[in-house]
Amino acid sequence: MKMRNITIGVTGLNNIDSPGPGIPVIRALKESTAFDVRIIGLSYETLEPGIYMHELVDKVYQLPLPTAGTPMLKERLQYINNKEKLDVIIPNFDAELHSFIKIVPWLREELGIATFLPSHDSFEERQKSELNKFGERYGVTVPASYMISQVSELKKLEEEIDYPMVIKGRYYDAYIASSIEQATSFFYKIIAKWGYPVIVQEFVTGTEVNVTALGDGKGSCIGAVPMRKLYITDKGKAWSGISLEDDKLMQIAHTIIEKSRWRGGCELEFIKTRKEEYYLLEMNPRFPAWVYLANGCGQNHAEALVKMALGEEVKPFTSYKSGKMFVRYSYDMIVDISEFEKISTTGEME
Amino acid sequence: MNIRKNIAISENGFIFNPLTGDSFSVNETGLFILQKLKEGETRETIMKTLQDEFELDANSAEIDLNDFLSMLKSYQLTEYEDA
Repeated sequence: MKMRNITIGVTGLNNIDSPGPGIPVIRALKESTAFDVRIIGLSYETLEPGIYMHELVDKVYQLPLPTAGTPMLKERLQYINNKEKLDVIIPNFDAELHSFIKIVPWLREELGIATFLPSHDSFEERQKSELNKFGERYGVTVPASYMISQVSELKKLEEEIDYPMVIKGRYYDAYIASSIEQATSFFYKIIAKWGYPVIVQEFVTGTEVNVTALGDGKGSCIGAVPMRKLYITDKGKAWSGISLEDDKLMQIAHTIIEKSRWRGGCELEFIKTRKEEYYLLEMNPRFPAWVYLANGCGQNHAEALVKMALGEEVKPFTSYKSGKMFVRYSYDMIVDISEFEKISTTGEME
Repeated sequence: MNIRKNIAISENGFIFNPLTGDSFSVNETGLFILQKLKEGETRETIMKTLQDEFELDANSAEIDLNDFLSMLKSYQLTEYEDA
């Protein structure tokens, strides 16, 4: 089969100890059997390792930070598109998704760039702060969660939930508190970094199991692969993991993707108890950093997403291999200062 | 006690539970018991064959088998049972 030439913009090049999904997505795209891809890396910081991975990323452009607002983002994307003629953009950061979702029609109509992102409503309804409602709406068990804005509310919550309890930021970070003193300290730590509100969640004992999934936005789950972390970094990130064969978990994951009519890639995080009950902890609105494992298991989610972005019909994957492991490693690239200079001063690099 | 259906047991005693992602190594005796369980043998039959195969008295065979079976249960290698 003749491979089609295609240019894809990808963010999330921060392949660090708490990695973004950009590089795994690019690796999967490079292994596509349908497309011959030219990758345009889109970065936010000058030391994102992906910027310097020339065998994977053909050219890199810096993007303005999401806080700069959508007009700045549009201006920059227009400039990049004039040079590169992008076919598809795959944003991979939680914090940038809001801006990209907002400009989906403009990207399509003005620049001719396809995306495959959830709607604004879908994106919002699975926010951590909305987890209780999300669970109720789609019939999924979730841990009891409360949103608080004042430290005094922690004391009141002691009547509702026992210690340990989980203190979470709206977008990121989670700490397990075993006393009111610890909970108070974590509360302040979270608001200093992520602002209000703080989410207080019931602690569910069990094993964490995650699913990387892809929905077509019309009620079909195109692909899903479950994984258990085997080795976890001090930031709680998987450094190694293994694909599982868990019919009940897969059924729950499919139900969530189908009922919520999720469009695009996502990660579902669960706790499985000893009684084999599954609690949904979070639904992340983009591929996880371990998405390349899906490719290793026989489901190239990145390629399927690109096909759907281009308006092609994609049949759901019907199987995957369990017992496939990923093992991450760190690797020092030697980079000349001239490359760093180029990306730092001009905001782009070949 | 039923061993989970999809447990993979290799010839050299490497056990993989695809439901949990756990893997284990067992010795010759453990492998013998696991294979018998996978074939659907009852606890009584396994105890008898253990005695014959490893020249054990009934008491030692029972203690060792019970020990091993409770370990299998704690590692979720057996079908989930209420209570």
